[in-house]
This record gives sequence, C-alpha cells and structure tokens, in this order.
Amino acid sequence: MKFLIGESMTGGYGGADIITDCTIGVDQGEIAVVVGPNGAGKSTAMKAVFGMLSLREGRVVLDGEEITSLSPQARVHKGMGFVPQTNNVFTTMTVQENLEMGAFIREDSINATMEQVFELFPVLGEKRKQAAGELSGGQRQQVAVGRALMTQPKVLMLDEPTAGVSPIVMDELFDRIIEIAKTGIAILMVEQNAKQALDIADRGYVLVQGGNRYTDTGEALLANPEVRRAFLGG
Amino acid sequence: MELLNPLALLGNFLIIPGLTYGCQLALGALGVTLIYGILRFSNFAHGETMALGTMATLLVTLWLQSAGISLGPLPTALLALPVGIAICIFFTLATDRLVYRFYRRQKSTPVIFLIASLGVMFLYNGLIRFIVGPGDRIFTDGERFIFTAREFKEMTGLREGMAFKTTQGITIVVTIVIVALLFWFLTRTRTGKSMRAYSDNEDLALLSGISPDKVVMVAWILTAVLATIAGTLYGLDKSFKPFTYLQILLPIFAAAIVGGLGSPLGAIAGGFVIAFSEVALTFAYKRVLGYLLPEGQMPEGLVQLLSTDYKFAVSFAILVIVLLVRPTGIFRGQTI
Amino acid sequence: MRNLLLFLLMAALFAAVGFGQSWSLSLAILNLCLISAVMSLGVNIQWGYAGLLNVGIMGFVALGGLAAVLVSMPPVTDAINAGGGGVAISALIMLATFAVMYMANKHFHFFGRKLLVAVIGVAGLMFARHFFGPATDAIESVDPAGTGNLGGLGLPIIVSWVVGGFFAAAAAWAVGKISLGLRSDYLAIATLGISEIIVAVLKYEDWLTRGVKNVSGLPRPVPYEVNLQKETWVIEFAAKHGFTVQEVSSLIVKGSYALLFTIVLLIVLYLSEKALRSPWGRMMRAIRDNEVAAEAMGKDVKGRHLQVFILGSAVIGVAGAMLTTLDGQFTPASYQPLRFTFLIWVMVIVGGSGNNWGAVLGGFVIWFFWIEAEPIGLWLMEFITSGMAEDSALRIHLIKSAAHMRLMTMGLVLLLVLRFTPRGLIPERGYGRR
Repeated sequence: MKFLIGESMTGGYGGADIITDCTIGVDQGEIAVVVGPNGAGKSTAMKAVFGMLSLREGRVVLDGEEITSLSPQARVHKGMGFVPQTNNVFTTMTVQENLEMGAFIREDSINATMEQVFELFPVLGEKRKQAAGELSGGQRQQVAVGRALMTQPKVLMLDEPTAGVSPIVMDELFDRIIEIAKTGIAILMVEQNAKQALDIADRGYVLVQGGNRYTDTGEALLANPEVRRAFLGG
Repeated sequence: MELLNPLALLGNFLIIPGLTYGCQLALGALGVTLIYGILRFSNFAHGETMALGTMATLLVTLWLQSAGISLGPLPTALLALPVGIAICIFFTLATDRLVYRFYRRQKSTPVIFLIASLGVMFLYNGLIRFIVGPGDRIFTDGERFIFTAREFKEMTGLREGMAFKTTQGITIVVTIVIVALLFWFLTRTRTGKSMRAYSDNEDLALLSGISPDKVVMVAWILTAVLATIAGTLYGLDKSFKPFTYLQILLPIFAAAIVGGLGSPLGAIAGGFVIAFSEVALTFAYKRVLGYLLPEGQMPEGLVQLLSTDYKFAVSFAILVIVLLVRPTGIFRGQTI
Repeated sequence: MRNLLLFLLMAALFAAVGFGQSWSLSLAILNLCLISAVMSLGVNIQWGYAGLLNVGIMGFVALGGLAAVLVSMPPVTDAINAGGGGVAISALIMLATFAVMYMANKHFHFFGRKLLVAVIGVAGLMFARHFFGPATDAIESVDPAGTGNLGGLGLPIIVSWVVGGFFAAAAAWAVGKISLGLRSDYLAIATLGISEIIVAVLKYEDWLTRGVKNVSGLPRPVPYEVNLQKETWVIEFAAKHGFTVQEVSSLIVKGSYALLFTIVLLIVLYLSEKALRSPWGRMMRAIRDNEVAAEAMGKDVKGRHLQVFILGSAVIGVAGAMLTTLDGQFTPASYQPLRFTFLIWVMVIVGGSGNNWGAVLGGFVIWFFWIEAEPIGLWLMEFITSGMAEDSALRIHLIKSAAHMRLMTMGLVLLLVLRFTPRGLIPERGYGRR
C-alpha cells in the first residue's frame, strides 16, 4: 500500500468521464511522475487525488486513512500540498507574504520553515520583499513550490511545474524537487517533459485516454522500447 | 503680498474644501473598492450604507445631547461614532447573511449581486426615511471654527481671509488615522494579508486554507466602519439629508474606478482627483486673477469653467476619460 | 393558462379599485401602469435579451419628456430672434470641434495626440461659450414669467413620442460606445452618471426647458374636459346613467389616453416578441448566455450589445414622452432615481426577465401596488397603532412615515423575488435557469 494512492478513480467535470479506472500513488521520499499525451487526463487525475473533482468510482487513501470525500482545503490540513499549473502565486503580494499565506493554517512559528525554503531557493531570500508578479517565470514557480512547502506537507503535488520555463531552469527546478524528496516528502507530479521527468522519477505512470497504460519505475519506462517509441519520440 | 492674498483665497475656497471633500470621497471609495476586491461586485447600496451608519450616529448624538453629554469644543458625534459603527456593522453582516451569502454559495455572476445590492439600497433607503424622515438635520455642535476668516486676517495681515472649520480639521485628521490603520491592517496583520491574498487569487487562497467566510465577514465589517465614518464626516461638514447619500454614490464610484477598482491606494488617489477636479472646475477664479493680472485687465465674467450645478458632471467626465483611456484605473485594479 | 389568469387577476384589481375607490382613480392608475409597462419592456430588451444593466433609466425617461416640450410647445418668436442665432452658432462650433477632434484623433499618430485632442476640445468649448452665454441670457430675459425659453416646434404632441425615442437612442449610442465591451458594472455606473447629468441639464438650462420653473400647459392629444362638458351627447349620457357631467368627461379623457397608450404598448410588445423570436433574438440570447463562445463564433458582441442598448433606450424614451404628455407638464425636479430607475428594475425582475409578457405584467403589478401601497400602508399603520393613545408620539411618527414603507416594501419584494423565484412571475420560455 502506497502512502498516498488514488485507486481505480473514475470521474470528470459533470459531463462525460475524463478518467476511467485510473490508479496513481506515491510513497514518502519518492518521486512519482504522471506522463502521457495531451488530453490524456494527467492533470485531471492529479486533481482527482486532491479532491478538485468528485469521483464516481474509486477512492483516495492517505497514510491508511480514506479521504475520498474530503474537500481540497481539508486535504491541505491532512498534509497535502498542491501547486497549480497557472495562477499559482499571489502576484500583488511580496515573496515573503506569499510564503506566509502558504502557512496560513499553521498556528506555530513559521520562521524556521521559511528559512528552509530560502535555503532551498536562495533567490527567493534575496527577493523576499519584491512582489511575486514582478519575478521571472522560473522564480515564480519557485515561489509557488515554496508556498506549498510552508504547510510542511507530507505530500507535495505539482501540476506541470516546468510548463513555460527554459530547459536550464527546468533542470534547476528538478534538482530542487529531488532535494525536497530527500527530506522524506512524497512528490507526485504531472509532467509534459516526459523524458527529463522520468529521469528523476522513482515511479512513472503513463496515462492514455484517462486510463493507465504503463506503470513502472522511471528507469524501466525509459528503457521500455514501446514507451520510447510512442511517448518519448524514439 | 500680491501672491499671498490669492493663495489665501485659493486656500479658503479650493484647497481646504477640496481636501475635506477628497477625504470623504476617499473613505467612501475605500468601502466600494474593498467590497469589489473581495466580493467582486459594485455595491450600489454603499451610499445608503453610509447614510445608515450616519443615521445611527445621529440618533445617538441626539440622545447624548439631550442627556447633556458633550465633547466640549469637538462635536458630540465623535463620541457617538463607535455606537453608529457598531449598528452599521450589524446591518452589513445581517444583510450579507440574509442576501449576499446565498448568491455566493450559488456562485452567481456579479450582475446578480449588483441587482441584489439595488434591492438592499431600496430597503435601506426606506428604512432610513421611515426612521428619521427625508428632511435635513444638522447635528454638528461644539466649536465651529479652528480659526475664522477674520482671525486669519488679523493673524497674517492679509486682505483675504481663510477659514478653517472644526469639521474640516476633524475630517482630515480622522481620515489620516483611519487610512493609516487600514493600511497597517492590510499589510501587517495575518487577517489583513489573507484578505489581500483572497482578493488577488481566490482559488489559491482557498488552497492555502484561507476561510472565505471569515474574509467576507471582515470585509463587511471594514466597509461598515469606513462607510459610517465617511458618512458622518460628510454629514457633520454639510448636514444629514438622506437624499445626498444617493447623489454622492456617483462621485464615489468614479473615485473608485479612476483609482482602479479593488485598489485601496487607488481609491484614495481617485477620491482626491475627483474632489479637486470638481472644486477646481466649478471655482470662480475672477478674484484670484484680479490679484495676479495687471490693473485694468480684470476679466469680465466669473472665470468659472463650469457652473456648480454641474459638479456631478465632473465626476462623470473624469470617469468617461478613464474608461476610454485606461479602464483599469490609475493603479491597476482588480485586487486589493 | 397561468399567465392569462395573472392578467385576469390584474384586471380584477382594477375593477376592485373602480368599485371600491373610484373609476377615475382606477383609470388614472391604469394609464400609469401602461406607461410603466412600456418602460419595463424597454429595460427587458436590454436586460432580458442581452443581460445589459441600465441604471440610468431616469435619464432616458427625462429625454422623452424633453422631446414632448420641444415638439409640442409653440415657438417663442421673440426669444428665437433674441438668442436663437447665438445658440445655433455655438452648437455649430461644438459640432465643428467634435469633427476636428475626431479627425485629429484619426490622422495623427504621434505620442500625446490625446492631449492635442483634449486641447482642441477645451478651446472649442471656450469659443462656443463666448456665444452661448449672451444668447441664453437674452433668451431667458424674454418674458421670464411666461416663457423665458425657446419654446418648441408647435407640432402635435404625439409626434414627440417618436422624437423622444430618437433622443434617448442618441444618448444611448454615446453611453454604449464608451462603456460597452468593458465590465458589466461599468455600464451600470456610466448609465447612472449620464442620467444624473441629463436631469441636471434639464433642471438648470432654463433657456431650453425653463428649468425648475417647469413647463406647464402642454397641448393634449385628447379633448379637454371643459369642452366635453359642453357637448350634448356627454350631458345626455351622464343624465341617462346617473353620473355627473364632470365624472363622465374625466372618464372620457382618461379613457382616450388609455386607448392611445394601449396602442403604443401593443405595437412595442408585438415588435419585441417578433424580434425575440427572430434569428436576431436567438443570437442575442446566445450571446447573453455565453459571451465567450459567441465571440469565438465570430459574432460582433459589442456591436450587438450597442444595438440592443439603443433599441431598449429608445423604447424608454417613448414612454418618457408619453408620461409627460399624460401629466400635461414637464417638471425636471420630479425625476427621482428611486421612482424612475429602481422601480422599473423591480418591475422587470418581478415580471420575469427575458419575457416580454412578464415585463408588461411586472409594470402593471408593481405600479399598482406602488400607488395602492400608500392607502394600504396607512391603513396598516392605523391598525397597528389603534391600541396606542391618540396623541402618542410613536403613533404619530408611524402614521406620518407610512409613505416610506413602500420603498422598503419594494426593496423587499425585489430581494425576495430575486432569491426565491429568480425567473419572475412569467418566466422566460425555452430557457433554463441562469
């Protein structure tokens, strides 16, 4: 049993099902990556795990506790952090305020956590007084990840964190994500850049048309000729 | 000396009234902008909310006056203000609970909220007239002037006098204090920051565990505070007449939009832009020019750009220009 | 079926007033109900068809009233000789200024061109004022107690119903050009502003409208009571049915108005229904329900909105001219936003936004209760306070304030309908909840 798992999830936004019998999960300290062609339901599967759409079938279990019926906000309290793909920072607020808002539900002192985030992303420390809207795309993604880390989550979920950033920034972000995983946090992310993402993944899920097509370790998927041909461009 | 006299004249008829009116508009526009930033609709009932808070203050003032309690040189209304604010808070929260919360849960479009606010406006309007009637009421007491025109002349030896009314002084001081407190609240406290976050990005605020109900409640409380203070200052400066609060809605909206709907800084800037434009365009410059121009060059007319009858047209004209040139306002609006 | 019943119920209410109070009052209420129905049809075209929020209905009504004055009053020759030329010159200057501003905006492309346009505008304004001030002074000094304005064209007042529509349409075009295509709230605030300004102009431009001195004695489209009372058939009719001659003449006059208004209402209603069912109407509603999709399909959303906004305002303008015709006088100070803007909104929402029959019924119901709320409220207050002492301060206050109850009631009705039956008395057909 995985630490966090969405099992046989089926559902969509009101109309037709977008994901059918889809299972994704991740263990603590592990990086799990969901890849697949456009429109495969990658982001939808992730949102289903986070409770942003209601499931017709299947369940979500976190640390042995069923959370299928909880709202996203309640899941934040349970130790899940989520970084949306777009609009993921408070643009008019400073970097520091963004982090403070990330820690809104915490009653204890957040200074230590904030220092940890600044250690992880030094550039945020330098620009802590600057409005997040004035930062570059890559820096914004760092703010977004930092904001989600402020609750000290047990699971961090990222929806295409490298969308729209340059390859150098992408490598940099992936390095940071590996570092975060090393602290024992479970990381579940959806990625468009399948090859690079599977490279750092302990576990990979290839989704096609809303269902699981291949599930294996990242290494094995990269070595699988069928996966390479169909999804990684040879 | 020839420069000081026209300056005193301008000060008396343009600068001091403009500042006072600007403060009143700024406080009013802050309330509109706050509701817009958090609940995302233009609150047409805001003028009546101001009138409601003012009425409550007025009634408490009358009671205090009849009980023989006063603040000496300051208007008794200042003493009554906290009670007026409390009553106004009660009304805004009750209205939110009974009217707006339903549409929030339904996720209705802003237009529906706007129409609901028209209904609330009607309701408040009737309630106010029902309780105090539509007539004019003056509830200003205490010292009338900080210094009168005559005292100013004696003090400075100028030919032109400049009077400074107590209500004007109070308006300016109170506005500075309130605005400072508001900005301290929005930028320094956890709740204030959460309001800015909610206004900036509602979805992300929800993901961060910010409770929308609490944010909305605080927004209504702040709005009631601002509306009551703005309304009372306006009422002290002029007089309390329910109808004027319907008329002041237009300049207040203009101020909020000119500054950028949703931006508190913009609301303040917009308030002063509207107030000074209104006063400056309807001011008769004849006597000022009389001092500045050489002898015999005295202009014939009043040298007034616009008759005071059309002062509302000024807010509208500025509004139109802003909508045409920069619809987001001076400080890009949409968020707190 | 239900709808027919609702209208029959309304008719029964009029009959009740007729028997209970007086037929003359019943007809008087009916006339204003008919006018209200036309206004609420106009607002329904804007809100119900297209989702446009007009909070400046008062201004368009007032423009209709202005049209009634300018069309029907006899021209004041002395005043025209004294200042007509000056006014015309300043109007021409302003027209030329606008033309130059437009050209400058179009042809120059350097930075700061807007400033140049503004400077041209101010210069033109100053130049026009140079002629305007003396001319209006001259006009206003011609027989100030009797006229003091330019008068009108001396045409039959019915013509003004059409002219009022055009006046309102022109104002709507200007407002729409500026504020359509922006957020919906902006249109609401812009219309609120323009209506305040229109009424201010009517109140203070004495040379045009006599301002707060009012224009009374507008010619009528129907016979005068005094003349009717001399007609033999009227006298005979009264004698035969046991009425006084005064009663009969008053009923005939009010009935004739009712007939005229009904004709207008039916024409507007017919055209509105026809438009709603046409491809144009379907497109309007498609745009209303999903603006983004309609825009993506290549529909000119802003253009359509402008069209519908102008049409609706024109209908309101017609109703405004009808209202002034019925009153027989033009009183700028009587234009109050609560009465002429917000009450109409209550009519549309209560009647059923998007449905023309609903708008008509809303106009009837709300106006009826707006008028009857006063006696009902007074009666209610007397009932409530009947236990109190005759000279109790509270009792006196309550009875005196009963008139303000109706504002509260209307607010309450609007909120209750909006919440519990948001589709109104007669809901829009073939469309789900919005």
